[in-house]
Amino acid sequence: MHLNPDLIDLHAILSVPSEHYWLGADDLGRSLLARLLRGVEVSFLVAITVTTVTMCIGVLVGVIAGFYGGKVDWLLMQVTDIFLAFPGILLAIAFAAVLGPGIINLMIALCLTGWVSYARLTRGQTLSLRNRQHVQASESLGAKVPRLIAFHILPLLTSILVVEATYSIASVIIAEASLSFLGLGIQAPNASWGAMLRDGVRYMLVAPHYVLVVGFSLMSLILAINLGGDYLRAALNVQADA
Amino acid sequence: MIKRLSGLVVVIFGVLLLTFLLIHVVPGDPVEVMLGDSATQADRSQLRIELGLERPLAQQFAIYLTKITHGDFGQSIHTKTPIANLIKTHYPATLKLATLALLIALTIGIPLGIYAALKADQWQDLVVTLVSVRLSAMPAFWLGPILMLVFAVYFGWFPVSGMESNTSIILPALTLGLGLSAILTRMTRTSLLEVLNDDYIRTARAKGLSESTVILRHALRAALLPIITIVGLQMGSLLAGTVITETIFSWDGIGRLLVESIEKRDYPVTQACVLVVAFSYVLVNQVTDLVYRLADPRVKG
Repeated sequence: MHLNPDLIDLHAILSVPSEHYWLGADDLGRSLLARLLRGVEVSFLVAITVTTVTMCIGVLVGVIAGFYGGKVDWLLMQVTDIFLAFPGILLAIAFAAVLGPGIINLMIALCLTGWVSYARLTRGQTLSLRNRQHVQASESLGAKVPRLIAFHILPLLTSILVVEATYSIASVIIAEASLSFLGLGIQAPNASWGAMLRDGVRYMLVAPHYVLVVGFSLMSLILAINLGGDYLRAALNVQADA
Repeated sequence: MIKRLSGLVVVIFGVLLLTFLLIHVVPGDPVEVMLGDSATQADRSQLRIELGLERPLAQQFAIYLTKITHGDFGQSIHTKTPIANLIKTHYPATLKLATLALLIALTIGIPLGIYAALKADQWQDLVVTLVSVRLSAMPAFWLGPILMLVFAVYFGWFPVSGMESNTSIILPALTLGLGLSAILTRMTRTSLLEVLNDDYIRTARAKGLSESTVILRHALRAALLPIITIVGLQMGSLLAGTVITETIFSWDGIGRLLVESIEKRDYPVTQACVLVVAFSYVLVNQVTDLVYRLADPRVKG
């Protein structure tokens, strides 16, 4: 079995699954299994980085908006609304396009646009937590704002954020694949699921196994992560529309 | 109402600002990036003047705003066609595609959701749920190729791509619509099940109304309210999905125009496409909000 994702075997070009190539080979005769594995590494690297960064930015913005209220809240929410006015990954596509292709620019584009949902979520939660008795009690005992946020509000946000982050990993993986599919993400010869899907579509008529293998893997991965999110939501008792 | 309108104005202004700034995010000199190495010095300075890049940023934005409000999107760097004309020829195609996709999603999603709710926890419900969960995990660039392989290549019922034939629209519309229909199915099922336990449904049944009247006239009306919001929100992913779907099926809409402009580094066209799609989405959201208000007498203000 060949497990080098960059090994080119001209005899195996677009070959169907076999003893050496368990999932077949791509248009350059590279093992699809090996490239899928390398690709999923990259997907997770991007997904975890982007999720971490966007969560930090989003939570910061949301907590500040929800905690202070008034003009600060108004201003921050206007900015969020502007970002939300761009549907889906359109803004990420636009940013990735002008920044130029490459994995770093891809992550920047996804971070620039991904924090908004966390900001909305955190703001709503903070607004209601702000008036809880334990926060007010601590405040009347003289606790400063950073302490109130760090010890009395953020801990109560953990479970909802864990659930949100799980779903967000799935959506970042899809977004990364979409951008790579459009040629804006990870560049050849590096493996990425989106780029593989694009090549798979290109050779769909001669080698349908290519696109099917990649697409099915992607769908299974997304499904698995989302089911994990559903499980976490139930286990942590998080409301669906909270 | 005034507060909502002022919010809308801010959003539209922000969308314009953000799209305007796009070209300034380009690392290095945007003119260099757009024209490539082979361009002459004269070409470069001409484009720089054309785009007004030598002026101060605030002045550039003011000029951009004035032009946009007059329907002037500038011109394509490569073909020199006015971008407004490009939009005019490509936008209807996207609109047609998105509308058909929405119709598909509604006609499949809502009846299937009702069916699943009526058969709750029986095997029919299980099958519907299994299929819709899987379908909603299928991004357009995976569902599209499958539909193409099965219905265009294997059965040969529809053209593989392009938009010459009357049936060309079916596969891309299905690609966009099926994912949304899966979401609608699950939403309809959940919200109908919630409503079915309410007192007024019991009253309606106790009055001796037929089951179909109870479901269609009483339960569905309340159950569909959250659906309106979901449809509005999902229109966003539908609009963004057109970018991928149009690319796969060579459907000459805004999405394909956007991708082509990115490949050619024709950034003014990219800018215009992003702006038009974002504006459409803002409009859809406003309409959704309005419909929701009309449909639900409890929401006022």
